[in-house]
Amino acid sequence: MSYVAIADRDHEQEHHDPQTFITKYIWSQDHKVIAVQYGITAVFVGLIALGLSAMMRLQLGFPDQFSFINPENYYQFITMHGMIMVIYLLTALFLGGFGNYLIPLQCGARDMVFPYLNMLSYWVYLLSVIILLISFFVPGGSTGAGWTLYPPQAIMQGTPGTDWGILLMLASLGVFIVAFTMGGLNYVTTVLQARCKGMTLMRMPLSVWGIFIATILGLLAFPALLVSAIMMLFDKTLMTSFFMPAISSMGADPGYTGGSPILFQHLFWFFGHPEVYIVALPAFGIVSDLLSTHARKNIFGYRMMVWAIIAIGGLSFVVWAHHMYVSGMNPYFGFFFATTTLIIAVPTAIKVYNWVLTLWEGNIHLRVPMLFAIGFIFTFIHGGLTGLFLGNVTIDLPLSDTYFVVAHFHMVMGVSPVLVVFGAIYHWWPKITGKMYNETLGKWHFWMTFLGTYAIYLPMHYLGFAGVPRRYFAMGNTEFLPDSAQDLNAAITISALFVALTQILFFINVFWSLRKGPKADPNPWDATTLEWQTPDTPPKHGNWGHDLPECHRWAYDYSVPGYEDDFIPQNVPADKAPAGRDHGEGH
Amino acid sequence: MLATLLGWLLKQSFNTQPWIADEVSDTAHHGPLGGSSNTRLIALMTLLAVVTSFFALIFSAYALRMELGDWVPLTEPQLLWTNTGMLILASLTFQWTRNGAVKGLTSRLKPGLIVTGVLTAGFIVGQWVAWQQLQANGQLITSNPSNAFFYFLTGAHAVHILGGMYVWARATTRVMLGTAEVGAIRRSIELCTIYWHFLLLVWLILFGLLLST
Repeated sequence: MSYVAIADRDHEQEHHDPQTFITKYIWSQDHKVIAVQYGITAVFVGLIALGLSAMMRLQLGFPDQFSFINPENYYQFITMHGMIMVIYLLTALFLGGFGNYLIPLQCGARDMVFPYLNMLSYWVYLLSVIILLISFFVPGGSTGAGWTLYPPQAIMQGTPGTDWGILLMLASLGVFIVAFTMGGLNYVTTVLQARCKGMTLMRMPLSVWGIFIATILGLLAFPALLVSAIMMLFDKTLMTSFFMPAISSMGADPGYTGGSPILFQHLFWFFGHPEVYIVALPAFGIVSDLLSTHARKNIFGYRMMVWAIIAIGGLSFVVWAHHMYVSGMNPYFGFFFATTTLIIAVPTAIKVYNWVLTLWEGNIHLRVPMLFAIGFIFTFIHGGLTGLFLGNVTIDLPLSDTYFVVAHFHMVMGVSPVLVVFGAIYHWWPKITGKMYNETLGKWHFWMTFLGTYAIYLPMHYLGFAGVPRRYFAMGNTEFLPDSAQDLNAAITISALFVALTQILFFINVFWSLRKGPKADPNPWDATTLEWQTPDTPPKHGNWGHDLPECHRWAYDYSVPGYEDDFIPQNVPADKAPAGRDHGEGH
Repeated sequence: MLATLLGWLLKQSFNTQPWIADEVSDTAHHGPLGGSSNTRLIALMTLLAVVTSFFALIFSAYALRMELGDWVPLTEPQLLWTNTGMLILASLTFQWTRNGAVKGLTSRLKPGLIVTGVLTAGFIVGQWVAWQQLQANGQLITSNPSNAFFYFLTGAHAVHILGGMYVWARATTRVMLGTAEVGAIRRSIELCTIYWHFLLLVWLILFGLLLST
């Protein structure tokens, strides 16, 4: 592997441009192409996971109406839906997709510092996805252990997919972690080393900050998943007893001795909680940039926003056991984790206030990306507040196994990040493809998705309060639940199918735009950040043409008093933008 | 390590006024940390942070699992002391090679790299023999959780050494064929040396943990 740090190169760029279709679009080392590859793969598996959720909802809304859903594959649907959405869609899309696209462009670099490693990262990720998908077709099917893969049931007879499914799941996670580590090393090093002249850390757009800190979290947290995956693989294949207690299975003794399932939970959640922020922090960063750009105002409290991201990142490592209250623990232990969990609300609330204050008296353009960004504020506040409930041990215990938790985490780390994903795609689409999309169709997509998801998840809170248990295939004749709970479930299913179908609008828009979309302006939103100042749209390999850009200001010079234009790009020097007449210097 | 990172971040952000254009003195901190030649060093340090996290988590799992009733302490094979000695020597010879490369004493490169490689390979072989000895004594991976951890920890450490050996082999091949550019080979050896010291440190902590329990 000979790494060529093309971020260091300046002039000889043109001679090294890949010429053939294969080197340009398949074995590409261009961060933009790799970003799109990551994006397409992640969206593809995401659609499979969406299909799985539709199957689950069919069973829950209309129990036993569909012969192709039985308890075994219901659990397989749950497991694969969760695992794909959290890891193979959101993590890969935010860091592999947007991280790859935005870091070099927003930092003013020509590419990632290790392009070859970057390419390898994508192909290894694709391998992990393929292993994951193969597990649907092996004897016994994919694992049905739940996305948390808790032992002992994850590898005991009786759980679906204990023959091959769980092995492939663990192998796929291991491969994914290798891919992520290769990408993550690149993102961290590029942010630290390849920023253009004048781009100090405190001038970086918040998107880059969010992705940067999330990558550090991932690099430190994914090893916990790797360790637990390897140890469980040993328990399964070599009959060690890391996690497996002395247990009898179907009347027989499989030969395990006193291992600790709780040990697995600690390791898993030491990864699992930072994982929430691995997904959330890039979303926080991106949404900050969308709000600022489309409200034509500087982000409120930039330095506070940066430090809030860092504080959330740090705190995310000391709250993991709040996922384990129901496992039983020393009350002081629970007290500690409840306290740290509630402390996270402080920097998070700072961020929310600052987003709202950024909108305050802004010149708000309700374009499609802005709609999604504002939608995110709603769903995130909603999911965040229920998180404050669940952070307390006494409230968590009765609610933990109900639909209240399902509603909470879907609101906070399902719907919210996905709204940002769509917002970000609509925002950067003109730069990525050089084409515009249909604004009206985009707005329909937003409103139907936003209202539709509320119709799904808002009622789930009430189901949770009523005591409807989550994870159950069917409720059966449960005395304490009114019949209306079933009616509500049917309504939720209809909303879920509606939202799933609504996503077709997005794909229609994508294909229409690619085929017939009008050519996009290089900077359609009048944005300040460097990626909108590239000489070509979409940017060519090497991004900046002959000379690297120079950064002279922060990313949030919107509506600066005394200037004619309501934005000043980051690469415009202080003395070159008098009264704004020749702001085009950077083009 | 985290404190250093945090201190550095504070220095970058404290008292800055990011909203003021062109207020940054160019010498202070535009772009790269100490020049782009440090890029690989920073990537390596990031990788070492990941590996540290990996081993620290296994150590914590070890400590938690040890508390449970079925744990029977393992008597480590005496051979591990020899192996430890070889790994220490390998680190020393790598450092010697590196110092030579930095001073431009290219005559040290070939013997230094080869001796280091032999010692490190000796460590790996020694570890494998130690495994065989344990197996011959009936100490299988399934016999006890302490055994399982022993095999897991030593195996994970050996895999990381083998990863280092891959890079070592590339550098050595280039030195042997004489195709190496001096500056490139020096940087490669510098980074390898850091990695060797790091894995020695991990091994010493790991070995200490095994001996003390």
